[in-house]
Amino acid sequence: MSRRIGLEASFAAAEAARMADVDVIAAYPITPQTHVPERLAEMVADGELNAAYVPVESEHSAMSVCLGAAAVGARTFTATAGPGLEYMHNVLYVAPSMRLPVVMVVVNRALSAPLSIWGDHSDAMAVRDTGWIQVFCQNNQEAFDMTLWAFRVAEDPKVLFPVMVHFDGFHLSHVTEPVILPEQEEVDRFLPRFHYPFALDPDKPMTHGAFGAPDIYSEAKIAQEVAFRKSKKVIIKGLAEFADIFGRHYHPVEPYRTEGAKTLLLTMGSFSETAKIAIDRKKKRGESVGLINLRLWRPFPFQELRRELKKAETIIVFDRCSAFGGPGGAGCSEIRSALYGESEKPRVVSFIGGLGGRDMSVEDFEYVVDRGREIAAVGSEELFATGGIRGEVTAIRG
Amino acid sequence: MAEKRLRTGSDFTWRDMEVGNIVTEAGNAGLRRTGDWRSRRPITDKEKCNKCGLCWLYCPDAAVKLSEDGYYETDLFYCKGCGICAKVCPRAAITMVEEEEK
Ligand code: SF4
Ligand code: SF4
Repeated sequence: MSRRIGLEASFAAAEAARMADVDVIAAYPITPQTHVPERLAEMVADGELNAAYVPVESEHSAMSVCLGAAAVGARTFTATAGPGLEYMHNVLYVAPSMRLPVVMVVVNRALSAPLSIWGDHSDAMAVRDTGWIQVFCQNNQEAFDMTLWAFRVAEDPKVLFPVMVHFDGFHLSHVTEPVILPEQEEVDRFLPRFHYPFALDPDKPMTHGAFGAPDIYSEAKIAQEVAFRKSKKVIIKGLAEFADIFGRHYHPVEPYRTEGAKTLLLTMGSFSETAKIAIDRKKKRGESVGLINLRLWRPFPFQELRRELKKAETIIVFDRCSAFGGPGGAGCSEIRSALYGESEKPRVVSFIGGLGGRDMSVEDFEYVVDRGREIAAVGSEELFATGGIRGEVTAIRG
Repeated sequence: MAEKRLRTGSDFTWRDMEVGNIVTEAGNAGLRRTGDWRSRRPITDKEKCNKCGLCWLYCPDAAVKLSEDGYYETDLFYCKGCGICAKVCPRAAITMVEEEEK
C-alpha cells in the first residue's frame, strides 16, 4: 500500500533518492536546499539507506565527486541551489559530455546581489546550455515523482545524460503538503538496477575524459547535441511508464483548460498552480484564456509547444528571472524563437516577476493576463513588462 | 606507423565518436604525434656524450630512447622541442636548432 503523508518538497526528494536506493550522495549544504542533503545524511547515518555520503567542501567538489562516482557505475545523487549551482558551473558541462547520468535536485534560488536566499529561476536559466535534461515541479508530489523519474531517464542506455529536477525554494522546499509515497516494489519495477555500460574497470581499461584537440572537439559537441535531442523520446516514454505504474500523468508541455482559448499564459514551477486559479476565475467571467505549464525545459520541447501554442492569438510568458539587456525573460525568448518559423503565429508577450522570493498572488496573475492582452493588442515592440513589482515597468523596448 | 591508426582523418565524422568520447583502446596515447608542434629540435653530439642518461630521464615526453650502442636517440615523432634535455645534459652534448635550419 502506498502511503499519503505530509512532506516538504525537500524531504519528498530525499525520499525519492532513498527509494531509488542511490549508491553515492555528494553534496554541500546551501539554503534553501539544506533539508535535502540533511535528510539523506540522516538516512545514511541511521542505516535506512546503504549509500556513501560524501560531505564535500564545496559545490564544485560535489559535482566532481558525482562525476567519478557515476563513472564507476554508481547511482549518484546531489542537490544544490542558486549560487551553489553557479559555483559548480564548469563541472556541470562535464557530466553530459561524458554521458554520466547524475541526478541533481536544484532548489531554485535567486542570485546575488542583493543577497537573497529566496526563490526564483535565475539559477536554472543560467545553466540552460550545460547539456542537462531539466524539468520543473509544481508541487511536492512532483518533487518526489520527478526525482524518481529522473533516475529512470538519465540511466536509460539510450539517454545517459544527467538530469536536473527544479523546484522552487521555500515555496515548495519548506512547505509541507500531502505526498503519496509508493511501495518499494513499485519503485523497483519502475527503476531497474543501474548498469552503466562504460563503467571504469581495471580489467577492461579505457579512458574517460580525454582531451579533445581542435581536430575532434567540434565533432564531439555535435555528437552530444544530436544524442541529447534524441533523448526526448525516452523522456516521454519514461513519463508514460511512470503513469502506468503510479497513475500520475506528466508531459513535457501541460495545457490547462486551453480548449479554444485565445490567450494563453505560460508559467513554470510552483507558480503554475497559482496561475491556474487566476485562469479559473477568468474562465468563470467568460474570458477566453488558458494556461500552459512548461515542465520540460531541456531538451526544449519545440514540437509540443508549437502544437499547443500556435492556435492562440496571444501568449503571455511569465519568467522568474532577469535577462539583463536581453530579449525579455529566458523562457519567453525560447518560445518566441520556437514560433518564429510559423506562418501564422501568436503575439508573444514577456513578463518578468516573482524575483528573489516575491510572491505572485492570483490577482497578480490576473493583472499579468489583462496587461499582456493590452500590450498584444497595441502590437508594439515591447521586449517585456513586469508583474507584481511596485512601480510596474509596462514597456521595455529594445 | 601509428598515425594511420589515429582516427581523426577526413573520413572520421561526428557519427564515429564513441559515446561520451570514451577512448576504448587502452594505452593509445602513443598514437598521437606530439612532435608536430615542435619549432626546435635537439641534436646530440656523440663525441661529447658520456651516456649518463639524464636526457632520457628528464624528457617529459619519453621521446629519448636508448640505442643498442648505449647512446641516446631522440624520437622526433614525439619530441616537442622543449629543450629540457639540452638544459640538463652535463656535457652540453645537446644543442637545440631551429626546425627550418635542420
Ligand atoms: S627537446 Fe624536450 S621533448 Fe625533445 S627530446 Fe629533449 S626533452 Fe624530450
Ligand atoms: S644527458 Fe647528455 S651526456 Fe647524458 S646521455 Fe644525454 S646527451 Fe649524453
